[in-house]
Amino acid sequence: MRSKFDEQLALLNKEMIEMGALCEEIISRVLKALTEEDGQLLHGISSLGPEIDQKERTIETLCLKLLLQQQPVAKDLRQISAALKMITDMERIGDQAEDIAEIVPFVKNRPQTVDTLLHEMAEASIKMVTESVDAFVGRDIGLAKKVIKDDDIVDNYFTLIKQALISGIVDNPKDGECSIDLLMIAKYFERIGDHATNIAEWVVFSVTGIHKEG
Amino acid sequence: MSNMITVKNMCLWYGEHQALKNINVSIPEKSITAFIGPSGCGKSTFLKSLNRMNDLIQGVRITGDILYNGKNIFDSSVDVNELRREVGMVFQKPNPFPMSIYDNIAYGPRTHGIKNKAKLDDIVECSLRDAAIWEEVKDRLKKNALGLSGGQQQRLCIARALAVKPAVLLMDEPTSALDPISTSKIEELSMKLKENYTIIMVTHNMQQAVRISDQTAFFLLGELIEYGNTETLFSTPKDKRTEDYITGRFG
Repeated sequence: MRSKFDEQLALLNKEMIEMGALCEEIISRVLKALTEEDGQLLHGISSLGPEIDQKERTIETLCLKLLLQQQPVAKDLRQISAALKMITDMERIGDQAEDIAEIVPFVKNRPQTVDTLLHEMAEASIKMVTESVDAFVGRDIGLAKKVIKDDDIVDNYFTLIKQALISGIVDNPKDGECSIDLLMIAKYFERIGDHATNIAEWVVFSVTGIHKEG
Repeated sequence: MSNMITVKNMCLWYGEHQALKNINVSIPEKSITAFIGPSGCGKSTFLKSLNRMNDLIQGVRITGDILYNGKNIFDSSVDVNELRREVGMVFQKPNPFPMSIYDNIAYGPRTHGIKNKAKLDDIVECSLRDAAIWEEVKDRLKKNALGLSGGQQQRLCIARALAVKPAVLLMDEPTSALDPISTSKIEELSMKLKENYTIIMVTHNMQQAVRISDQTAFFLLGELIEYGNTETLFSTPKDKRTEDYITGRFG
């Protein structure tokens, strides 16, 4: 009776997975560019941004069409409204990754401590994004709640990096500009963690009907 | 908000067939309550029980209590005509009497003994105004009501129900025979009327229930499966059968 609707919902799911995969791809490339200092990798990033934006438009259009044609209720309504909210966060993740990519060429002389912390922080935030998308795909509340909890880990890395950078500036004031760029990168990763948290909160809403913010 | 109607452990049989099974529900005053469910689920039967319209059907047997304003409507002291005046009904298909618009509205008050012309004029105008049809018919009150459009006829029937000053309006799919514009007029009218009346409506149009009702009750195979705030029921239904029905997985 509702096979067409189910087909459209399956398509929405597929598009969401693809957008999530693009987000994972862009931040993984940013991390690699940061590690390998490879200009070619940065070039690849600039093409992924518009691809993510296009995906957001496609999903928006599909959701509006579903709202109009199917007048969804209950689980269907929650899935579609959650998707509409989640793509905004996914698109912002893409933007933050692009912002990091713009700064990477200017942070070549990084103190070892900060470099290690930054890599760990980047990996933790990428994991959050991956798991938030996995939670959506599998309608896995347990995993979504883990992502929400893991935001504290990323936030903690930000504090550690900030402290390390402050010490660095005290010891070598001439490295101040590079330190501020590194702090910006850390802040962008911290924001990526926040967006992954938002996605996870919408996954919880989509499954249970309850959103953390009330 | 206090409860206008409270139903306790109500069961109904048509001969051997049990059409309603242990219904328990409280309907708050001055609000719109929608009954939804697939055909044959018992929602219209239940609606008609609320003003004892089922008394007119042979072989009907009812157990349990229906309290209207705290009093059991099956009590021997209850005057059924008075109950039906207070709990009025509007049907699926508009059914104006084959007489003038004026006489359609004045019919009920006249049977309740009002003969004074000025008083009847006042009741007719007030009822037609409350049913949002006065402006359309005020210049042709003496014309036959059957000449009105379907949507106008349905609003006339609502005016006719209002003319005897009821407290509750039962509506059995009041818009299913109407076009979208007439439907929207009846919906707007219902939302205005709930300021002064308690409205209980059977509808097959779930979007209509979402748009206008405050509470929704979902019936299935004679059982009341789920009852609660409309927004909650349509966004996070508690029972899987409700979820399956409202999302179109069966029914």
